[in-house]
Amino acid sequence: MASLDWPAIFLSLGGALLAVALNLVPGVGIAWLLARRKWPGKAVVETIVTLPLVMPPVATGLLLLELLGRRGWIGHWLRAVNIDIVFTWKAVVIAMAVMSFPFVVRNARVALEAVSTRVEQVAATLGASSWRVAWTVTLPLARRGIVAGAVMAFARALGEFGATILVAGNIPGSTTVISTSIYNDIMLGHDADADALIAVSIGLAFAAILASELLLRERQS
Amino acid sequence: MTPFLELRGVAVRLGRFRLEIDAVLSDGWSALFGPSGAGKTTLLEVITGLRRPDAGRIIMNGHMLFDAASKKNVPPRRRGIGYVPQDLALFPHLTVRQNLNYGRPPGDGDEFFTGVLERLEIGSLLAQKPDALSGGEKQRVALARALLARPALLLLDEPLTGLDGPLRERIIPFLQRVRDEFRVPTLYVTHSADEAVALCGRVVVLEAGRMMSEGAVHDLFVPRDSPGWRLRVLS
Repeated sequence: MASLDWPAIFLSLGGALLAVALNLVPGVGIAWLLARRKWPGKAVVETIVTLPLVMPPVATGLLLLELLGRRGWIGHWLRAVNIDIVFTWKAVVIAMAVMSFPFVVRNARVALEAVSTRVEQVAATLGASSWRVAWTVTLPLARRGIVAGAVMAFARALGEFGATILVAGNIPGSTTVISTSIYNDIMLGHDADADALIAVSIGLAFAAILASELLLRERQS
Repeated sequence: MTPFLELRGVAVRLGRFRLEIDAVLSDGWSALFGPSGAGKTTLLEVITGLRRPDAGRIIMNGHMLFDAASKKNVPPRRRGIGYVPQDLALFPHLTVRQNLNYGRPPGDGDEFFTGVLERLEIGSLLAQKPDALSGGEKQRVALARALLARPALLLLDEPLTGLDGPLRERIIPFLQRVRDEFRVPTLYVTHSADEAVALCGRVVVLEAGRMMSEGAVHDLFVPRDSPGWRLRVLS
């Protein structure tokens, strides 16, 4: 009888949710800047945002480790205020957030670009401030694409392995997530446990991607 | 004619195209007449503040809206200019009622609201979304939305383009009613001489970014041999 690694499932789900939540505001903000504004360095930012999508996740993980480790650029500041990131659940969330960020930005950008600037302009002539235009016109019209991107990001975060194992490690009950737990099971020859977790992750990924597809289809119709 | 909108040496460059306008518009309905590509829509964008001119001054009712020299540029939301673009730009995610309420000044009475609804016969559409409306209904809702914001000036960009002949005939009386009852100074963009004559007292003729002539509609348009009107050939 296979046993499920529930702590890993909960950490994966909770971490992925938190990662997407952290990504939404900056992700949509950057997407808006990319979709609606011309500024120097735009192409560079665009590239940096896309990097985690194409870089080996392990490389991203190593970069994060060097940034957030006790002697890292950010890590030594955090150390000064007694915050440890590396090899804790926080590192899991950060690895997930970084790896899924491109999905949030790219989908939101496409959705924002699809909103007619004419409609926004007319809202302005009707007396609306930029904030009011964003809240009442742009974001509602781009909503489905943004949510679909968030769901894709969630699915990506659930499957995260390479960056997570480097920056958060693989500490059972503490930083082990679904993917690293599957890895442990295989290494230890617990094939039935691995299969059970694979079934869980397929189910979660299937549900997330299906939800995202349905949202996008509804927008098109 | 009382001067209402003054465009003094307004110049906009868009790639190779250059728009240069020096004009004074009266406070009635004026037609902005010209072929496609004459710069009519660009001029409307300049007046609303959606496009910043490279030079010149724009003064409405004594208030400076734009002055290149002193870098004054009142943003669109503070200009009090109602704009109905060619594609209408109704908010597709909002109901007709929400569209109409969008620009209403806080505390504006229901009397004006119902008045506009009645004149434009759109009272039964309030719960609908724009998608569910016919072309003529969308047109009237967009016009009502602009009017309900209580604009000092209304800009209508080819409101009847894209509607079929019989529907145009049905919308013109609505526009005449709006003109006669609400008395909002209006710049009406069209390339139809018939529409200009039916709705406007004065006309500004624009061609290739330049103002060719300006005057009373009946001085600039003459009847055709067949029914309708055409631009008088000016010598």
